[in-house]
Amino acid sequence: MTKKADNDIIEVHDVTVTYNKKPVLWGIDLHLPKGALIGVIGPNGAGKSTLIKSIMGLVPLSSGAVKLFNQPLEKVRKKVSYVPQRESVDWDFPASALDVVLMGRFGKLGLFKRPRKADKEVAMNSLRKVGMEGFAHRQISQLSGGQQQRVFLARALAQEAELYFMDEPFAGVDAATEKAIIALLREMSDKGKTVVVVHHDLQTAQSYFDWVVLLNMRLIASGPIEETFKPELLQQTYGGKLTLLAEVGELLQKEEFPSREKDNE
Amino acid sequence: MDSLIEFFSFSDPNIRYVVAGSVLLAASAAIVGSFTFLKKKALSGDAVAHSVLPGVCLAFILSGTKNPFYLVLGAFATGWLSLVFIDNIVARSKIKEDTATGLILSVFFGVGILLLTAIQHSGNAAQSGLDQFLFGKAASLVGSDLIVFSSISVILIASVILFFKEFTLIAFDENFAKAIGFPVRGLELLLTTLTVLAVVIGIQAVGVVLMAAMLITPAAAARFWTDKLRVMVILAAFIGAFSGICGAYISYIAPAMPTGPWIVMVLSILAIGSFFLAPRKGIMSRYLLQRKNQNQILEENLLKLFYKMGEKDQDYLKERSLKSIQEKRPYSFRKIKRGLQRLLQQGFLERKKDKWQLTLAGKSKGQRVVKLHRLWELYLTEKMNIAPDHVHDDAETIEHIITPEIERKLEKKLGYPKTDPHQSDIPY
Repeated sequence: MTKKADNDIIEVHDVTVTYNKKPVLWGIDLHLPKGALIGVIGPNGAGKSTLIKSIMGLVPLSSGAVKLFNQPLEKVRKKVSYVPQRESVDWDFPASALDVVLMGRFGKLGLFKRPRKADKEVAMNSLRKVGMEGFAHRQISQLSGGQQQRVFLARALAQEAELYFMDEPFAGVDAATEKAIIALLREMSDKGKTVVVVHHDLQTAQSYFDWVVLLNMRLIASGPIEETFKPELLQQTYGGKLTLLAEVGELLQKEEFPSREKDNE
Repeated sequence: MDSLIEFFSFSDPNIRYVVAGSVLLAASAAIVGSFTFLKKKALSGDAVAHSVLPGVCLAFILSGTKNPFYLVLGAFATGWLSLVFIDNIVARSKIKEDTATGLILSVFFGVGILLLTAIQHSGNAAQSGLDQFLFGKAASLVGSDLIVFSSISVILIASVILFFKEFTLIAFDENFAKAIGFPVRGLELLLTTLTVLAVVIGIQAVGVVLMAAMLITPAAAARFWTDKLRVMVILAAFIGAFSGICGAYISYIAPAMPTGPWIVMVLSILAIGSFFLAPRKGIMSRYLLQRKNQNQILEENLLKLFYKMGEKDQDYLKERSLKSIQEKRPYSFRKIKRGLQRLLQQGFLERKKDKWQLTLAGKSKGQRVVKLHRLWELYLTEKMNIAPDHVHDDAETIEHIITPEIERKLEKKLGYPKTDPHQSDIPY
């Protein structure tokens, strides 16, 4: 069940992604609406992170194309923000919370230019929004997991974007932080920002999101929560059995087969 | 003493060259190396260092001179090539980066030694001194070398200043840098080029074998002292520069002593010193903290013991002998005496001939520890559903670390209870 959004802001067309020749996403077609709080949901290894990485151009596409705001990513980067998984960086890096949040301004600054006073104020305001202003000058390794996640979120806020992609922002955070973060995301979407969140907890998904993408290597469903959060669709997403898809994927990797035939090679 | 004055007056142009050269080389290597260190690419610095040797030899064979310009060019070419090979091996095979690095390092260095040996036996008189690239000889720096090397040093330092923000970002979070549209590949390429250049000019002073230390050690040492990146890079530069001067000075007063290895020796001593002495992160300060904790535990346990014995006898200020204490708590006499002595100095105990007695301050401190112990036991059984016979050992540790704020929260959460799970009174 895949519903096309009327006011779509994200368009994913026939995207296939492979790691080491093994397809992890097969022919994904997606249209996601503006201003929604969107959850990307699926089991471990379903390709959730890969989907947003492919939208952000961080992994090469084996096929297909992505458009944001009806344009290629290159043209709209300043309107798009990306929050990687917390574990993807080394938090022992010599930087303060404010230093990290300031990185959110680098895209707007471009090369060579140093952060100006205005950038520092935006960064401080972003820290305030996530309740971390008191930790601005704290070394990042001294922050708890939840606080580090908030710093990442503040960095995204400092980008002042229209469209946000967040990879597992609730991983390893305490309940209070999770609540605070979801309230903030809700507020952002109320203001017309579009927020796409990778999430794997089915319990909370229903109350968090207004649009859901169900994913397990291929797209199972995409649509408003009331239409997609159905037992049979969830069963398809989380159903324990190994699908033929995964089996064929392994085979492609073993035989070093291309996932798509290329005519002009 | 004369030699010290003579050296640091820099009146001899040779000394000037050697010192200026060593300082510039060491400082610029340290600055560029800070980012190599942060990107966890220490090994590739070593690979580049070893891989420049065949380039130096080839440049000499082709040009027939030791003109530093040609040698730098040759060194740069093979140094760069080695990194390209490593990247390609990792990308196109199942070999992991550490293996590929080791492989390329030894192959390139092997070829370098081969060429060097061939040159040495070729009978070309101009070749003498080429072997200095193995272990370096800063003392042989002359004016013309210095111009080439110092201009490269200046380029290195200026590039890092110019791209500081960008290098920081790709070292911390490469994916984010890509996501905001920074030319990450180009920046990586630039940083690699700078690393190769730093190696190329550094080998004149310390040689290919020790060059990796010049890149990584200053940053590693500086990291112990600060959590601020800017401070770390500047500190690394100073550590590098200081080692450069020391190395030059040592080889000046003892001409038999090689400069390069001494620069690395001084660097290593500074790094080891940082490892032991740095505040918070150093071994020393962690050891002192441990000892402070151990003392606190011992003192509080003794006060607790006095209080509990007083509780039993209904007389908190009764005088206790050393023996009666040891019966309850099987510490060694020496340890007990040490604890008692400290408590005496702190005013929590008084000494009555060979016996000991709580002061009022000591009584209330002992009482607090007992209270915290029992409160924590109650908290674990009531709120955490842990069996009453499993909570004592936990409470033995926790009683020493609970702050007054947590104490108040505990009291409130449990509703100021009267007894603990073992029906002992909780004293307030």
